[in-house]
Amino acid sequence: MWRFIAYRLLQAVPVILAVITVTFFLVRVAPGGPFDSEKAVVPEVKAALEAQYRLDQPLLTQYAAYLGDLAQGELGPSFKYPGRSVNELIAAGLPVTAELGLYALLVAMVIGGLAGVIASLKPNTAQDYLPMSAAMIGICMPSFLLGPLLVLVFGIYLDWLPVSGWGDIPGDKILPAITLGSTYAAYIARLSRAGMLEVMTQDYIRTARAKGLPEWQVVTRHALRGGLIPVVAFLGPAFAGLLSGSFVVETIFQIPGLGRFYVQAAFNRDYTMILGTTVFLSTLIVLFNLLSDILAAWMNPRLRTQFSEH
Amino acid sequence: MRLHFSARQLLPIFCLCITLVACGSGESRVVQGNRDGILHYGNGTEPQGLDPHIVTGLPESHIVRALFEGLAVKNPFTLEPEPGVAQSWDISEDGRTVTFHLNPQARWSNGDTMTADDYVWSWRRALNPAMGNQYAYMLYPVENAEAFATGKLEDFAEVGVKALDQHTLQVQLVTATPYFIQLMDHYSTFAVHRPTIEKFGKATDRFTPWTRVENIVGNGAFTLTEWKLNRRIRVEKSDTYWDRDRVRLNGVVFYPTENISSEERMFRVGQLHYTQTIPLDKIPVYRAMENSSYVNAPYLGTYYYLLNINKAPLQDVRVRRALSLAIDRARLNNTVLHAANVPAYGITPPGTLGYQPPKLFGHDVAAARELLADAGFPNGEGWPGLELTYNTSESHRKIAVALQQMWKDALNIEVTLSNQEWKVYLDSVDQMNFQMARRGWIGDYVDPNNFLDLFLCAGGNNNTGFCDPQYDDMITRQAPRARSREERYAIFYAAETLLMEQMPFIPIYTYTSNHLIHPSVRDMPSNLMDSLNLKYVWLDQDWEAAQ
Repeated sequence: MWRFIAYRLLQAVPVILAVITVTFFLVRVAPGGPFDSEKAVVPEVKAALEAQYRLDQPLLTQYAAYLGDLAQGELGPSFKYPGRSVNELIAAGLPVTAELGLYALLVAMVIGGLAGVIASLKPNTAQDYLPMSAAMIGICMPSFLLGPLLVLVFGIYLDWLPVSGWGDIPGDKILPAITLGSTYAAYIARLSRAGMLEVMTQDYIRTARAKGLPEWQVVTRHALRGGLIPVVAFLGPAFAGLLSGSFVVETIFQIPGLGRFYVQAAFNRDYTMILGTTVFLSTLIVLFNLLSDILAAWMNPRLRTQFSEH
Repeated sequence: MRLHFSARQLLPIFCLCITLVACGSGESRVVQGNRDGILHYGNGTEPQGLDPHIVTGLPESHIVRALFEGLAVKNPFTLEPEPGVAQSWDISEDGRTVTFHLNPQARWSNGDTMTADDYVWSWRRALNPAMGNQYAYMLYPVENAEAFATGKLEDFAEVGVKALDQHTLQVQLVTATPYFIQLMDHYSTFAVHRPTIEKFGKATDRFTPWTRVENIVGNGAFTLTEWKLNRRIRVEKSDTYWDRDRVRLNGVVFYPTENISSEERMFRVGQLHYTQTIPLDKIPVYRAMENSSYVNAPYLGTYYYLLNINKAPLQDVRVRRALSLAIDRARLNNTVLHAANVPAYGITPPGTLGYQPPKLFGHDVAAARELLADAGFPNGEGWPGLELTYNTSESHRKIAVALQQMWKDALNIEVTLSNQEWKVYLDSVDQMNFQMARRGWIGDYVDPNNFLDLFLCAGGNNNTGFCDPQYDDMITRQAPRARSREERYAIFYAAETLLMEQMPFIPIYTYTSNHLIHPSVRDMPSNLMDSLNLKYVWLDQDWEAAQ
């Protein structure tokens, strides 16, 4: 098992290095620079600015210098926010995005898991079609539509919940978590239904029934563990996706998270910020994929033996 | 797995939700703010920073001007300058020497007295090429300032600013500059606190933390008390500010409200007193309301299309004029723009400190057709095609599509649209890599000069290829020598007439500012610069009775 983890971690190094290299050169190929603005910038001022950010040096020197800084954990100063380092900006945004992601995942698991399990118990009946149709709508409904819709109903018409903010007004975390979580809830519902359907036909379930266990105990004690393996495999990438994909929800609800920095950095040609967030998020994605593989292995004995043979 | 485990987990969360829902609809921020004298202000975006010599945007300026004050400040009602750090100023007969008398009561927020030396040091910093100050040119009217800022002059002593004594600052100008006092309200000319900056690094270092809450020392009516990235910036009334008796607000909270739809929703539920703008499609809704919070006022900015006069078919002035004459600006404004703006026929917004630009043309399809025929394209025959470049934005697209159709209907010509991402578009315009391109210009100070000098031969924002020595002479030589405002405006009028006859750009509309302002907010008048002077603003707790 440990060898497997070490092997996977080692594999991640070239992947991340490739991400850095491609991003580094791609952002510089894009037309327009970080200091272009609608009002012409005096050439001397532009030169001074570029010197302060090492942009006057050859590209390869800049690349080497960036890798050197990165090895020391330094992501460099932000172009857009002078006086703030990319490390600081990520440190400010990450806890918020992570918290939002966690709540969203919780919403997704509870709603999605329940819907999937309920649907799988009576396949091809109303009990199946209803939650699954809802899940399909959830997958299709983009968060830029669902978010404002929820705000309109619960924030403005009913006046139950705040329309924006994060941790400022009690209850302002509920709508963003639901908005972000709903798409994932839909996926989880479909995954858990499929997983459960497969497990429910297995011999050990029949054995459990034969022992005379009531149906709900068959489900909770025996079927769930196997039925939810596809969901667990999905959770790692899903959480990474929640972290990197929360931009829309963060914008709708004015949440000070990482997603907004990430997208704005590209529009601003904030080179260090683009690189910093990309490197950071790609590392996270690799790690979460690994984590979900390990979790899946723990839940599935067959995979476990495969790992130890590796 | 264990379902009862999740159920146990679920129950408290569910209860929490119910509790939160129950207490969600309490007293709104606006009601609280009215009671405590705290203004909740939607400020557009997260500010880049708060260093007056680094920042460039409008959201930054609102906060910087709360924390710092210039030698003179603009009266929000008239826009005329009134005393700031300087209690008075004298201008010499020839208009080239300005002497500022600093208010002896003016203090930094740490209690230090403000001196003329603070200005000499700060202007040196603002102009230092190493600083990379994009607004350094605001000080170019000062003798030798441009040479110093562009590295041609090393010795700052030769720049025309000196401290005669602790409270007297003398400024020598290149030429008489009637709008110079106004520039003293622009943040790039503000003084910064030398000991604070030097404590954290070199004067010209852009990366120091001197503007953080725990470090910053300013001289404005407010002091910084909280700065939460992408969340809010809170300022409180300063107790060292010289004019503190006049300040009626106890504090202001600035919110980064990037998403304008969210901003409008925040306003609706009482989270904001003021929004930076309003979604275009909401304008008719708010207009129709009784006692509407919607405020629309002319703004010092022009929306226009640049014409690259070096490229066919636009090198022919008849084609340029035909394109302009074929546009029905009133119809565009009433339909696409929800009548929120004002049709423009020149570059200078009407009423810029009393100046009215010439109106040489209107919507005239017959004349446009004739001009196009004269240019060799009768009824659009032989038209080589024309591409319009604009940056990604729903409103730019709508306008472009409407004009494309107007040109098709009136002149039977094809105009293709090219939509570019913001920085790509900036690059295209900068490299003159376009035929026709959308542009907007927002004035830095209220004077026709700020718009007319765009089209000087060497103008950094000219981007049309237009160059007329006679025009340059009028703007740079004749106008500054005028003895009265009337004479000066007459020269500007003649120059703008010349410009519009050549039509190196197509004016489309004059901007307006569009805000939602809560009825409890008082003495925050609309003005041409959309200039905010928080010293005047107050909140009326009994606003409902007043209505």
